Order: sequence, then C-alpha cells, then structure tokens
Amino acid sequence: MRNVSAFLVGLLFGLGLIVSGMANPAKVLGFLDLAGHWDPSLAFVMIGAIALASLGFFASRRTGKPLLDETKHLPTKKKIDVQLIVGSAIFGVGWGIAGFCPGPVMVAVGAGKFGAVIFLAAMLAGMFAFNLFDARRTIRGNADAR
Amino acid sequence: MVVDWANFTPIASLLGGAMIGLSAALFMLFNGRVAGISGVLGGLLTADGWRDVWRVSFVAGLLAAPVLYVLMRPLPPIVIQASVPLLILGGLLVGVGTRAASGCTSGHGVCGISRGSVRSIAATLTFMAAGFGTVFAIRHLWGG
Repeated sequence: MRNVSAFLVGLLFGLGLIVSGMANPAKVLGFLDLAGHWDPSLAFVMIGAIALASLGFFASRRTGKPLLDETKHLPTKKKIDVQLIVGSAIFGVGWGIAGFCPGPVMVAVGAGKFGAVIFLAAMLAGMFAFNLFDARRTIRGNADAR
Repeated sequence: MVVDWANFTPIASLLGGAMIGLSAALFMLFNGRVAGISGVLGGLLTADGWRDVWRVSFVAGLLAAPVLYVLMRPLPPIVIQASVPLLILGGLLVGVGTRAASGCTSGHGVCGISRGSVRSIAATLTFMAAGFGTVFAIRHLWGG
C-alpha cells in the first residue's frame, strides 16, 4: 500500500507540475528573469503549494503516526551550515542555467523530451558523485573519531 | 522590470501549485515522508536506498504524469532553450547542489517552508537568489 500511495502521490505531484507550468523550463526562466520580461506565475505555484502543504503538515502533527507507516521520517538536520548555503547556491546556478529542477525534469523525461534526458543523466551523475564524496567523508570522520 | 502579461498564468499556476501542495500533504499523512524529489532520487543512488520500492514508485508516478495528462488533453509546451553543453553543466550543478543542500525546490521550497523549517527558508532564499543572479548574468550581461 505504501508503494501504491507513493506512486499516486508522485503522479499528482507530476500533474501539478504540468498544470502549474513548472514543467516548462522556458516558463521557469521567464520567472527567474527579473530584469527582462518577467513572468510572475511561479510565485503563484509556491503560494498554492505552501498553502495546501502547510495544512497537511499541520494535520500530520495532530494525527501523529502516518496512516501507512510506523513512524514519520522527518529531516533531522536543523543547523544552517556552510554546506546548506553553498549547496543551495550551486543548485540555484544550475537551475538558472537550464530552467530545470529535479521534479520538472522527471516530468519532461516522461513527456519524451531529449534535452531532459541529457539533463537528468548529468543530474544523476552529480548526485552520485556527491553521495560518493559524502560516504567517504563519513568513513574518514568515523576513523578520526576513533 | 516589465511584467510578461502574455505568459502570465496565475489561475493555472495557483491550481497546479495546490495540486503539488496536496500531493506533499498526502505523502506526509500517508507515508510520513517529505515529498522532496532530489531526496527521493538521490536516495536511489545510495548503498541502501536503491532497495526502497517506494522511491521507485514515486519516480514512476512523476514519469507517468505526462502520459496520463495527454490522455485527457494536449500537453502544454515544454520548451528547452539551453544547449546540450549547458544542459549537462546545469544538470551536474543541480545534482551536486541539491544533494549537498539535502533538498531542492520541493523538499526545501514547498515542504520545508510549510513545516516552518528555518533551514529550508535559508536554502530557498539562497537558491532563488542564485537562480535570479544566474539568469541575469546569462541574459543581460553575457548575452546583452
């Protein structure tokens, strides 16, 4: 059931990306181009998304346990550190270069866009490279602690 | 600043945004998880995470969305302006950056802000600023 709900949630998320215009990199870049012909639409995507998601997170605080799992899996990091800021900045530059972020590129791949497949391959390579770096760093950190 | 009224779609964007927010809400209520796409995808590329069927299911849902959409009505345009080298560069940066920051537009921008996470607000302000700056540099300094 958990996997069925994950599929349906992914499907609804993807449909939302299409309806909102976020799946179109040209529209994303139109939003990011403050100094050109600015398209404010994506601010409305954020407003709509945060409104509904806030309600859901608020409700989940009341209900406690999720319906299909034993516990919630919430992010554990709380600190604003250099890695968060530098990582976000690197992400923002990549986003501004191509107009894709991780969700929309999946939808564009599903729509059969060749450019999206290229972007996705590079993105997965970048993720994999960071995972490797992170795993090594953790091992080294543990060794130092000993 | 000149507003591009011809491409401005407040109603569709608000509606689509609400669908994204509803999806994030349902994922927390049913699965107890944050709907962060970079986290779902990036987790598949780790030693343990690749076995998670829910990750594959979620990604399959995203991929299936345009297929379901075209059964109902024509798919809106998806226009990719970047050249192949820029798509590769952009993809690499998005991959490394979102993993380093533990989140992207969905995980930090939608879910994190909705949870009231200060970390996510800081991340969102940073990647938005970097995105605005990058497009400004490419379109108005470089290209202009």
